[in-house]
Amino acid sequence: MNTLLNRRGLLQGFLGAGLLASMPRYAFAKTPDDRRFIFIILRGGMDGLAAVPPVGDKDYADLRGPLAIAAPGQPDGVLPLDDRFGLHPALAPIHGLWQAGHLQIVHAATTPYRDRSHFDAQNVLETGGNGPSGSGVGWLNRALGLMGGSGLGLAVNEAAPLVMSGPTQVATWVNGAGAGPSDYLLDAIDRLYADAPAFHAALATARDTEQLLADADTNAMARQRGLGRLTPAFKGLASLMRDARGPRIATLEVTGWDTHSAQGAAKGRLATLLGQFADALSALRQDLEPVWAKTVVVAATEFGRTAAPNGSAGTDHGTAGAAFVLGGALEGRRMIVDWPGLARDRLYEGRDLAPTTDLRSVFASVLRDHVGLPEADIRSRVFVDAARLPFTPDLVRG
Amino acid sequence: MSRDAFIAANRFGLGARPGELSALAGDPRGALLEQLKATPVPTDLPDTAGALEIAGSRRAMTAGTTMDANDDGRPDNPIRDLYLREVTARFARCVASTAPLRDRLVLFWSNHFTVSVARSGVVPLAGVFEREAIAPHVTGRFADLLTAATLHPAMLTYLDQYRSIGPDSKIGQRKDVGLNENLGREVLELHTLGVDGGYGQDDVIALARILTGWTATTDKGGVAKRFGFDPNRHQPGDKMLVGTKIKEGGEQETHDALAMLARHPSTAKHLATKLVRHFVADDPPAAAVDHIASVYLQSDGDLAAVTRAVIALDSAWTDPLAKMKTPWELAVAMARALGGDGLMVDGPALFRRLRSLGQPPFGAPSPAGWPDRAPDWLGPDALMRRIDLGADIAGKQAGGTDLASLIDATIAPLLSPSKAQFIKGAGDRASGVAMVFASPEFQQR
Repeated sequence: MNTLLNRRGLLQGFLGAGLLASMPRYAFAKTPDDRRFIFIILRGGMDGLAAVPPVGDKDYADLRGPLAIAAPGQPDGVLPLDDRFGLHPALAPIHGLWQAGHLQIVHAATTPYRDRSHFDAQNVLETGGNGPSGSGVGWLNRALGLMGGSGLGLAVNEAAPLVMSGPTQVATWVNGAGAGPSDYLLDAIDRLYADAPAFHAALATARDTEQLLADADTNAMARQRGLGRLTPAFKGLASLMRDARGPRIATLEVTGWDTHSAQGAAKGRLATLLGQFADALSALRQDLEPVWAKTVVVAATEFGRTAAPNGSAGTDHGTAGAAFVLGGALEGRRMIVDWPGLARDRLYEGRDLAPTTDLRSVFASVLRDHVGLPEADIRSRVFVDAARLPFTPDLVRG
Repeated sequence: MSRDAFIAANRFGLGARPGELSALAGDPRGALLEQLKATPVPTDLPDTAGALEIAGSRRAMTAGTTMDANDDGRPDNPIRDLYLREVTARFARCVASTAPLRDRLVLFWSNHFTVSVARSGVVPLAGVFEREAIAPHVTGRFADLLTAATLHPAMLTYLDQYRSIGPDSKIGQRKDVGLNENLGREVLELHTLGVDGGYGQDDVIALARILTGWTATTDKGGVAKRFGFDPNRHQPGDKMLVGTKIKEGGEQETHDALAMLARHPSTAKHLATKLVRHFVADDPPAAAVDHIASVYLQSDGDLAAVTRAVIALDSAWTDPLAKMKTPWELAVAMARALGGDGLMVDGPALFRRLRSLGQPPFGAPSPAGWPDRAPDWLGPDALMRRIDLGADIAGKQAGGTDLASLIDATIAPLLSPSKAQFIKGAGDRASGVAMVFASPEFQQR
């Protein structure tokens, strides 16, 4: 790009060219491959037994009490999935994806972490190890490194979340307005960053992203009224990702899942959030139309919640939960589950849905069968603590 | 201009006001110790009872209390108005402060004991929580700070404590209600022992049982009126917490438990790690952490002694740019640099600006508070917004600013002559001021 040449010229004029070698540079989509992967982190601990209720489990209704949701066909009942599971009624906007074979649901799943701290659990979800790690490197960043390095990843965030953090440079972008500083000023400021590589790299990435976004012309969309709270960020991401020059791997976050009190059942606090989330997913699917057949989206949370309600009509931190896999690249609809049951003696520590699936087996399969990374590299360089990790077969079309 | 004065004004302060660097230059460490003796500035904002009264007023009930109400121009919402008054007063206090180290300690401990307006019930209480539960104790004893923070209505609301009921208490036996673990867990994980501090699920439940009883009484309209201890909700019996027996004793159990946790070596380590990370480096040097933890234990949690020990750390005075300023610190530093007590006084605009920088006031995303490492604030988009903030303020205020004086009063001790020359040669004064604000020397501390 021309701006790159200009910046280099300025830098050489100012402090010499010696520093340039150490500065990560960034240009989207260096690889010819056009498959897309979006990882959505549901922060706070989504209640999997509410989002994807096992209404066919004989212990479900008693155990959940006032939080239980009715069987399919009843008023406010779940939307049918299979004999055992239904979809929370607020997730209606994505039920069509199930019918089209573009939705799979992972249940009774979580990471190897068992101690119910949000922050450690999110650390494990994002670093991909067996326990919390201070490495500061996320498993998607390691995967990006294997894919060819900088320029492929985008985090819809002020700063990259842990799953995207690490040695490989990724872009960040947040839905926002305002004209911003002039190119003149930014060029001058970049000269002040000649001896501060982290600042220089961040500024260069931000400018490239803004350029791409200007080309995508999402302004008309952004002005549209009546969109759900989460939808603009999802639509903005879609407009970046469907561009041939856009990112291949992206992350998004949805917060607010920590429903300790008054979470509601078919309606209420959690239902509202599920509805916003489903609206945003539906908009993402629509706007990704040109590349949907080459897209996989995974939405996962750090842990599930207690199987029974707590004393305040909510649920406390638990263990296993549910995750969503969406995309036109999927093999078909499916429940990925080895159901442990909800009988008291089947609950983990007598209180939580027991984990039977390691979420990493889903992540690893997306990386192998969709992104196209070699299994050996995934085992040795992405999920390094999980040598025996079973992959999930038949997730995406071969 | 001395490098140590720069560190005193930035690492331990809120950025230099005009003349501050020269005033600090004689004895930077001594000046910081003096600041620790300062007392909180008086205010005309409502106290906790007054804030609760506003929260419970009929007008507040009909106006809605979500965060969205803070900038949608909806008129006549007393809770939003109170929140914005708290934000602007806090900003003005930081900009005008003559004891910025004390204000930094308030910000640090207020973040350690996060209550967030992400929960609507906290919106009217977050400001008064910081002023009444945090500020009076930042140079006092940690046990007092812990107690004040844990039992303030803002915390009882934020972490659901007011709903928690002992299953075997009088009320618990009558109604189908029970324990809520949220506050008990976060006191152990975030406020005292730390996640690796040696507690388990049993301890979480024990502390949750100990804390039962702290609640809000409600009037007929369901509006929280008064916070306090209700023995009818308290779980009876002795409790075992982290290997210590807490004897049955109603609200005294809470005080015994918090005092025990405050004295625990894991708490010392956890607090020392956070303090050293905040004031020294993203990756806190182990020797410094061990030293601060031992001062904490020897002084029985005297936070004045602990802060003095942090100031005395050699490692705090080596790298002047080891830390990224938070968005709040950055905005305050810009206003201080311009000597501008009248800058950013419009509440809604200040709120929107800080939100776009990723740090809405009193709005941390989780009970863990705002993160405290450079990568958390130096994403590409975040940097662009930080630059934009400086450019915006420069565009509005640079008219009367002398660029050379601004540089001398702020980043001169660290700025290379070639960079200083480059900034002074800026095409227009506003761009020059924006460049000062965008420089790594200004953005970091």
